[in-house]
Amino acid sequence: MIPAAFDYIRPSTVEDAVNALADAGEEGKVLAGGQSLLPVLRLRLAAPALLVDLGGLSQLRGIREDGDMLVIGAMTTHAELAASSVPLLAQVAATVGDRQVRHRGTLGGSLSHADPAGDLPTAAVALDAQMVLAGPHGRRTVAASDFFVDLFTTALAPDELLIEVRVPKLQGWQTHYTKVGRTAQAWATVAVAAAVRRENGSIAQARVALTNMGPTPVRASAVEQALAGVAVDGDAIAAAAAHAAEGTAPASDTTASAEYRSHLAKVLTRRALLAAVGR
Amino acid sequence: MTAVAENTEVGRARLRKEDARLLTGRTRWTDNIAVPGMLHMAILRSPHAHARINSVDVSAAAAAPNVVAAFCGKDVAETQGVLACAWPVTEDIVMPTYLPLAVTEVRHVGEPVAVVVARDRASAVDALQLIEVDYDPLPVVLDIEAALAEGSPLVHEDKGTNKCYTWVFDSAAAGSGGDVAGVVADAEITIKRRYVQQRLIPSFMEPRSVIVEPAAGEGGSWTVYSATQIPHILRFLLAATTGTPEHKIRVIAPDVGGGFGGKLAVTPEEWIAFAAANRVGRPVKYTETRSEAMVSAHHGRDVIQDLTLYAKRDGTVTGLDVKLLANMGAYLGIVTPGVPLLGAFMYNGIYKFPAYRFECTGVFTTTTKTDAYRGAGRPEATYAIERIMDELAAEVGIDPMEVRRRNWIRHEEFPFGTVAGLTYDSGNYEAATDKAMQLLGYDELRAEQAARRESNDPKQLGIGISTYTEMCGLAPSRVLGALRYGAGGWESASVRVLPTGKVEVVTGSSPHGQGHVTSWSQIVADQLGVPFDDVEVLHGDTRTSHKGLDTYGSRSLAVGGIALVMASQKVREKARVIAAHMLECSPDDVEFADGAFRVKGSPEASKTIADCALAVFAAHNLPDGVEPTLDSEATFDPEGFSFPHGTHLCAIEVDTETGEVAIRQYVCVDDVGRVVNPLIVEGQVHGGVAQGIAQALYEEAVYDAEGNLLTSSFADYTLPSSADLPDIVSDRTETPATSNPLGVKGVGEAGTIAATPAVVNAIVDALRPFGVIDVQMPCTPERVWRALKEVIA
Repeated sequence: MIPAAFDYIRPSTVEDAVNALADAGEEGKVLAGGQSLLPVLRLRLAAPALLVDLGGLSQLRGIREDGDMLVIGAMTTHAELAASSVPLLAQVAATVGDRQVRHRGTLGGSLSHADPAGDLPTAAVALDAQMVLAGPHGRRTVAASDFFVDLFTTALAPDELLIEVRVPKLQGWQTHYTKVGRTAQAWATVAVAAAVRRENGSIAQARVALTNMGPTPVRASAVEQALAGVAVDGDAIAAAAAHAAEGTAPASDTTASAEYRSHLAKVLTRRALLAAVGR
Repeated sequence: MTAVAENTEVGRARLRKEDARLLTGRTRWTDNIAVPGMLHMAILRSPHAHARINSVDVSAAAAAPNVVAAFCGKDVAETQGVLACAWPVTEDIVMPTYLPLAVTEVRHVGEPVAVVVARDRASAVDALQLIEVDYDPLPVVLDIEAALAEGSPLVHEDKGTNKCYTWVFDSAAAGSGGDVAGVVADAEITIKRRYVQQRLIPSFMEPRSVIVEPAAGEGGSWTVYSATQIPHILRFLLAATTGTPEHKIRVIAPDVGGGFGGKLAVTPEEWIAFAAANRVGRPVKYTETRSEAMVSAHHGRDVIQDLTLYAKRDGTVTGLDVKLLANMGAYLGIVTPGVPLLGAFMYNGIYKFPAYRFECTGVFTTTTKTDAYRGAGRPEATYAIERIMDELAAEVGIDPMEVRRRNWIRHEEFPFGTVAGLTYDSGNYEAATDKAMQLLGYDELRAEQAARRESNDPKQLGIGISTYTEMCGLAPSRVLGALRYGAGGWESASVRVLPTGKVEVVTGSSPHGQGHVTSWSQIVADQLGVPFDDVEVLHGDTRTSHKGLDTYGSRSLAVGGIALVMASQKVREKARVIAAHMLECSPDDVEFADGAFRVKGSPEASKTIADCALAVFAAHNLPDGVEPTLDSEATFDPEGFSFPHGTHLCAIEVDTETGEVAIRQYVCVDDVGRVVNPLIVEGQVHGGVAQGIAQALYEEAVYDAEGNLLTSSFADYTLPSSADLPDIVSDRTETPATSNPLGVKGVGEAGTIAATPAVVNAIVDALRPFGVIDVQMPCTPERVWRALKEVIA
């Protein structure tokens, strides 16, 4: 449980961080809160030559408003997010890991790590968040649905950093996150994020995203379509939720089988939707 | 021996003397200790569950920066000694050779293969990657039943079998009951069940750590620091198996951060560090990582239990037949084969069964060895009998508590000779049960359960019962001898009163978190009439505590505590002679009360223990023939076991859609006899219950088909935290043990033994109307969901 030797820098600007990553090429790794990276290093599952610690980038920490968007700095901790009023993300962040993890772990770190069992990537996908990436050649914005590419793989180039996440304020929406995990601090076996906008007693629009139902967080499109325009009613929601596992590819592992995960996706989708609309 | 005269300290909820230091980090864990000139060791472990070692090349590692030495098993084959099993349970037991460092073959993933000693730990770990080992993989043996089948690959080729032993107890043969075969024909009800005790990993907080300071030249001595439960046994076995003179070995167990039986072991790592220190001639430290602990420190449980219960239609049990297959793992640890035997005497639980037969077969597999884990044999036994009593209740159609009442030993029937051949000295199952049922609100919950069943509530309610007993106070030495255990079961204590009246106590019972320093101070304070704070308790160093059998099996208080009382009383009796001399009267005319000796009938003149200690120190005016010391030593060998008991009840909500379970209420009423410190007892109960719940719901060591341990970190081995555990309502009844003068029984394992069946019984109780009769532990959401799915489909 001792990492292989590595070099370490702690830049104070995003530019310095990005340039250091560019110089290191494939040998560089970004250290944010360290909650996923340090175990990987200690188990020697990775042995980067350089760690670029973002801890000195205080400009990446905090939440601000920008029109009808909220802009969350990538170094904002789960605890800070949980204490905020950012729709959905606040509730989701409060369920991540344990207290210690939430005070060290960061939103940017969790999203960039792209663990299929991670909670925050699902919330980002449910919210249609926009990811702002900085690289040596400037900045670009990537939609959350394009950001998560595969298991532990994102659209980030080796010399790019996720610096902020932009999410809509979602005024008039109701959201909820429901998960099943083996213990309070365990990763989700399966979890579901739901966001619903109502108009005149009906569901005008719904967004449903699933955690750990495949290599990346996925939107339950069939559920969303089935919900559009239906009455806010238990039976209608249950009928729509029955489509939750369609098109998913959950894994079987020591925590659960794919079959059970598919079953959970349906139950938890129904429950998340009902909780979101206050039923 | 007279009973404790007065108790101002015993029974008092003293805060622990240990805690200020422990809670503020001013501890002395082995890994905190630095010895001058100390080097660091890292161990290369087998990635194969079973393989022949063709060659090991350590040359590149030996040449790496900061490396002082690198070697493999072949290099120390003659000097490394062997690891002993102290419990050959049968005459024909198969005892494989257990080498600290493998020489020609590895038999489980994680078995030590080679070693690097370096100036710092990181360099040692780095150099491990430079060692080249050529293995020929051999077939793995993982399943206990398959291991016994004809033609199975063998774990130890030279032994010709994977069977370690078969041990039988039969109440007819023992004369403690009837013949089970004789009750089969007349049984109105026959219930057969198979229960599986999953493999568990004893997750002590402090990983194991050892430092060996080798002898500096001819005539020198060795000092071994180890995070162990058993410093005295470690010294004896190091001497016995390495040929090092016992008087030249000093073993120190400094602060030890928990054990749960996992440190009731003499370990390959201790032996390897010993060999390494001897090889390099300098002190060597080894501290394992958590993952190393998980693959290499012994595991617990892993037993298949086949039970057949015979009963009458009214729910009266007429006989019990138990057949076990116990997974030994690849090697035998210090008490590996004996663990199931500790349960053998407990399958009858608190009940009056007329006939009982027990048979256990130990089996070798290419997995980490198993050995003692909190409760050791008794949790398995209690789980099985408490589960099957619920099945009997369902079969008869009566409340599960009522079926227990119809079978248990009534309080007026104590002392009671059981069908397993033990004599239960005392107990009151009715009192503990009544109290627990009231605390839970048993009848109200049954009403709520009925309502939920009626309304097809997706969340069903289950009520779980565990009316347990267990045996503590290991152990009468003659009994251990009869069971072929290699050592005795006595414990030692000494008491010395210093010139100023302060008291030093030395105990042979070496704690690893139990709070001995506090409890022992309370006992001595009462015995000698000195303040609690005037007592210092010394332990865990064979130079100050030369004699002891250490801490396991809830034995410290019920055995070591009695030795302490005996030693204190010797001091008091000597002080009585000195006090009488000073008071100018006969010792027979002196009485001891309120901390002082007084002449009967003239209470104005008095002498305290401190007065006597000063008089002894000066030695100017002692009675003729009295040595100028106020010290004593005593060793207690119990004549019988003690039998804590209690009733644990829980109410669990089962989500029938997701399979999740939530413990809504957990109530326990334990009878651990006289209580020395209620806070410590409460802590033991809470921790024990947490561990019992953990077996029921969370923990399981899982191997893949190649014998890799998939659960080798806390990311995969699902240890619950406080956030996952319920509020525990714990209360007590107090029926003193009659087997020792303190009336104490033991509390270290009770919670773990009781909780597991209470939880699983509750889950099955919730789902019984659907047809569920078992859920395999740990009862994960998926397993609960599947159990339901299977019966509904």
